[in-house]
Amino acid sequence: MSSRRESTQHSIGDPQRNGSRDGESGLSTIGRPMRKVDGLAKSTGRARYTDDIRFPGMLHGKILRSPHPHARIVAIDTSRAEALEGVHAAVTGRDMPVTYGIIPWTPDEYPLCVDRVRYVGDGVAAVAAVDEDTAIAALDLIDVTYEELPAYLDPHEAIAADSGPYIHEPRKPGWNGNITKTVKLEFGDVDAGLEDAHIMVEGDYFFEGTTHTPIEPHCAIGLAEGNGRLTVWSATQVPHYLHRELARVLDVDPASVRVIQPPVGGAFGGKSEPFDLEFCVARLSMMTGRPVKILYTREEVFYSHRGRHPFHMRYRTGADREGMLTAVDSEIVMDGGAYASFGLVTTYYSGQLLTAPYQMPAYRFNSTRAYTNKPACGPKRGHGSVQPRFAFEVQLDRIAEKLSIDPIELRRRNFIGADTRTVNDLRVTSNGFLECLDEVERASGWKHKHRRLPFGRGVGVAGSTYITGTNYPVYPNDMPQSGIQLQVDRSGRVAVFSGASEIGQGVDSMVAYIVAEELGVPLAHVRVLAGDTDFTPVDLGAYSSRVTFMLGNACIDAARKLKAQVQEAVAAEWGARPGEVLLAGGLAVRAGDTATSMPLRVAFNLAEAMYGTLGSTGSYNTPKDVHGTYRGATIGASPAYSFTAHVAEVEVDVETGFVTVEKIWIAHDCGRALNPVLVAGQMEGSAYMGFAEALMEEQIFKTADQGRAGLHNAPSLLDYRIPTSLDTPALESLIVESIDPEGPYGAKEAGEGPLHPSIPAIANAIHDAVGVRMDSLPFSPPRVWRALRAVEDGRGDRVAGLRAAGVGGAT
Amino acid sequence: MEVVRLRVNGDERVCGVPAHYTLLEALRYGLGLTGSKQGCDKGDCGACTVIVDGRAILSCITPVWEAEGRDVRTVEGLANGTELHPVQDEFDLNGAAQCGFCTPGILCSSVALLDRNPSPSRGEIRAALSGNLCRCTGYEKIYDAVEAAAARLDP
Repeated sequence: MSSRRESTQHSIGDPQRNGSRDGESGLSTIGRPMRKVDGLAKSTGRARYTDDIRFPGMLHGKILRSPHPHARIVAIDTSRAEALEGVHAAVTGRDMPVTYGIIPWTPDEYPLCVDRVRYVGDGVAAVAAVDEDTAIAALDLIDVTYEELPAYLDPHEAIAADSGPYIHEPRKPGWNGNITKTVKLEFGDVDAGLEDAHIMVEGDYFFEGTTHTPIEPHCAIGLAEGNGRLTVWSATQVPHYLHRELARVLDVDPASVRVIQPPVGGAFGGKSEPFDLEFCVARLSMMTGRPVKILYTREEVFYSHRGRHPFHMRYRTGADREGMLTAVDSEIVMDGGAYASFGLVTTYYSGQLLTAPYQMPAYRFNSTRAYTNKPACGPKRGHGSVQPRFAFEVQLDRIAEKLSIDPIELRRRNFIGADTRTVNDLRVTSNGFLECLDEVERASGWKHKHRRLPFGRGVGVAGSTYITGTNYPVYPNDMPQSGIQLQVDRSGRVAVFSGASEIGQGVDSMVAYIVAEELGVPLAHVRVLAGDTDFTPVDLGAYSSRVTFMLGNACIDAARKLKAQVQEAVAAEWGARPGEVLLAGGLAVRAGDTATSMPLRVAFNLAEAMYGTLGSTGSYNTPKDVHGTYRGATIGASPAYSFTAHVAEVEVDVETGFVTVEKIWIAHDCGRALNPVLVAGQMEGSAYMGFAEALMEEQIFKTADQGRAGLHNAPSLLDYRIPTSLDTPALESLIVESIDPEGPYGAKEAGEGPLHPSIPAIANAIHDAVGVRMDSLPFSPPRVWRALRAVEDGRGDRVAGLRAAGVGGAT
Repeated sequence: MEVVRLRVNGDERVCGVPAHYTLLEALRYGLGLTGSKQGCDKGDCGACTVIVDGRAILSCITPVWEAEGRDVRTVEGLANGTELHPVQDEFDLNGAAQCGFCTPGILCSSVALLDRNPSPSRGEIRAALSGNLCRCTGYEKIYDAVEAAAARLDP
C-alpha cells in the first residue's frame, strides 16, 4: 500500500507527447494532473447550461406555490390567468394526477398538488406565457381556495400523533401516516456489550438540516415536437430516472422521450430526482406546441430542497479499558419534510454506514423518519451518514478523553482492517484508513498541538468511511449500472458516448483519460458526448459516489475490447502476435522493436478494414456477494469503501463564542487518484461543505410564533450563510492510494467521503480549545457562548438542549 | 421595449429591452452573451459579475441604463482574440472550475484585481473574491490559479 503527499502545485504536461510512463504504475495518463475536457469551455463562457439555451417561440413558465404548510385544496380556478394577454396555457395537479417518487416503493408526490398541499412552497399550478413578467402576473390571477389543516413542524410531534389528518394517508389502517419508515437492526449482543464495557459514553446530538445550494438554480425546458416526441433539457444529475418518470407520469411512450442534460452548475445531491418544473415544462409544451422553459428563483431552490435531514440522535457507546469498542447503540429521529424522496434509503443509511472504519462487535440502530410540513429532505453529499458520523466521532473523542488515550491512537486501535466484513456484513476490500490517520497526524503537527495549544486554541480529529456507489439501482433490474460506447473514425479520433452526468466532478474528463490511457490516443483526439438519453448508453446518474468506479470500469471494458481489435489488425500487418502490439503515445509500437511503429490513425484504419466500422461497448455491474442476507442488507452495500481522516485546528473567542477554523488537513483514501488535481478538488470542496455545516448553515423554518408556520427562515444566499472566500479555512489535501482490487486502476470515490469528518473534527477541536462539547449544530456563536457559560456555571460539558432554550433559530 | 446602446467587449451593440431590465438581463437575453450567470438575481452570489470601466460589478443589480456609455467587459471578452487570458488558462490547469457556474464571475473579479494589482498576495485575492460564492472548490484551487496567472502576467 502506498501513500503520498499532495503538493499544492501540479505541472501539467501532455504525457502523450513524450509517451512517458509512470515507472511505478506503468500508466501514462492515469494518475497525472491533466486538463479537463470541458475546462476551457467553462473558463471562456462557452459552456451552455440549461438556462443559456433558448429556442424561437419559447414560452416561459412559472409555478404557483402554496402559502400554507398544510391544507386541502378545495378549488382551483385558472380561467382568469388563462384570459390574460400573453398566457398560452395553465396546468394544475388534475392534469397530471399520477404519483411519483424517486424510490419506487414510496411514490407519494404529484407533479403539482392534486387535493392537498404539504409545505409552504408546494406547487399547485403552472402557467406558460410569452415572457417571465406575464407568467408572474398570471400567477396572481389563479384563484385557489384552501382549507387549512393542522401542520406538523416537529418530527417528534408528528410521530406522537395518534389520529389524522396525517400528512400522508397511512399505508395500512391504524398506522401513523406521519412516518415514512422505521428501521431497527441489531448485530451481535448490544446489551451485553454495553454491560460488559469498562466505560459507557452516552450522548444526545442534534444535526440541523442544511441544503445543497448549487449556484445554478434548477432549470428545465420542454419541447413537444408535434410528432409524439418529447424532449426535456434539465439541470439534473439523474437523466435516466427522469426519463423513466416523465414517460410514466405523462403517459408517454418512453421511446418517445428524450432527456438532455447540459452542463450542470452544481448539484451535490440536490438535483437527483425529478422536480415539478420538469413535468410542468413537458406538459405545458405538449399543450401549446411551443418550447417552454422554467427557471427556479433562488427562493424556489431553497424550497425545493431535498437536502440534509435534521437528525435527533442518541448514542450509547461502550469500550473496554484499552479503548476497544464493545457495543454501539443508537436511536435516531429524522425530520423528513413533506415527502419521502430518498427517505427510505436515508433511514437505512443513518445506521448502515457507521460500521467502518472501526471494528464494533455489537451494533444496534433504531431510526425513524417522520414526515413534517416542510420542504422534503433528501440526499445531500454524504447522504444519511454525515449526521451519525458527527455524533459517533464525538463519542469516540469522549471515550479517548475518559481513558486518557490519544484520540488518533484510539482510532488506530479500533481499525477494522482491509479485506474483511463489518458487523452488519458489508464487504470491505481496500482500506487505507491507517495511512489517512498517519498523514493528518504528521501534516498537522498533531503531537505538538493536541492538548498543548494555549487555551482558546485546539485541534480535533475524526475519521469516516463512505460508499463507492450503491450496489443496487433504485428500481430492481439485472442490467448494468453503467454503460459506455466508443466509436472510432478514420482520422484517429475516438468518440465516447457516455450517459453519465457531468455535474462539475469531472466525469467527462475521467472517461477521456481512460480512453487515452487504454488506446494510447492523445487526449485532444478524444471527444466525449454525454448526457443525452437518445444517444448514450444508460448510466444511472451522478449520485452515491458511483460514477468513477462504475463508469470507469465500463469504459475500461469498452476500450480493451476495441484495443484487442486494433492489436489483432496491426499484428496481422506485422506478422506479430497481438500481445506484441503496444498502443501508446499516439502510436502502435512493436514490443521489443520500437523502430517498428505506425501512427494510431493507420492502426485504426487497418482494424476498420479487418472488422468493419470500428466501435465497442462496455458495461459494469456490481458484484452481488458483498452483503448479508437480512432484510435491508443490500442498502449500504457497495463494491468498495473510501476512508477519510481530518484534523481541524480552531480558535475560539471565549467572549463571543465565535469559532474560527484555521485549517483542515484532509487525508482521503480514494483508491487511486485518476487525476490528482480533480481528486484534491473534491476533497477540498467536501471539507469546505462540511465546515460550512459545522459553523454556518441552517435550513430552518419559522413556527407560527415566529411569523408564519413553515416559512423558510432565510431563503437567500445572503441570509442562508454559505461561506465566502473570507470565511473558508485553509484546506490541505493529502491523497492516500490503497489501489482497490476492483476499482478502475484501483480507484474508489472522492466526492462525498471527505465531507464527513469535517464536522466532528471541528467539534473535537473546540473541546480541545475550550473544554466544551458541542453536540448541536451549527456551532454558531450563540451556541458556543452558551456552552461556555454552562461550563462556567458548573453544569459540566453537557450542553444539549440549547435549541430548546431558544438558541439557534433565527440567530 | 426601449432601445439601449452598450459597448460590450469592444463592440458597440444596440438592443431592445424592457425598461426594467438589468445589465445581466440585457447581456443574456438582449445580446445572447450567456457567459455571465444568474445565480440569485439579487446581488448575493456574484455569478453575474462583469467588469464595467475596470471595476468588477454585479450586473444582476445594475440597471441596464447605468451601463450606457461605459465600457462593459464580460467573460466572453477576457481573451485577447485567440489568446486566452492567463487566468482562464490557469483555471483549467489548476482545477479551479468544477461545475463552472461561478467561474465567469470569478474570472471577471480576478481580471479586475490583476489589472489594478498585478502581484496580489493570497490575502488580497481572498478579499477580491469575497463577493463571489463558489460552492464546489473550497476556493483553494481558485487562489492557486489566480496566483499562477499573476506570475505569468508579472514574472
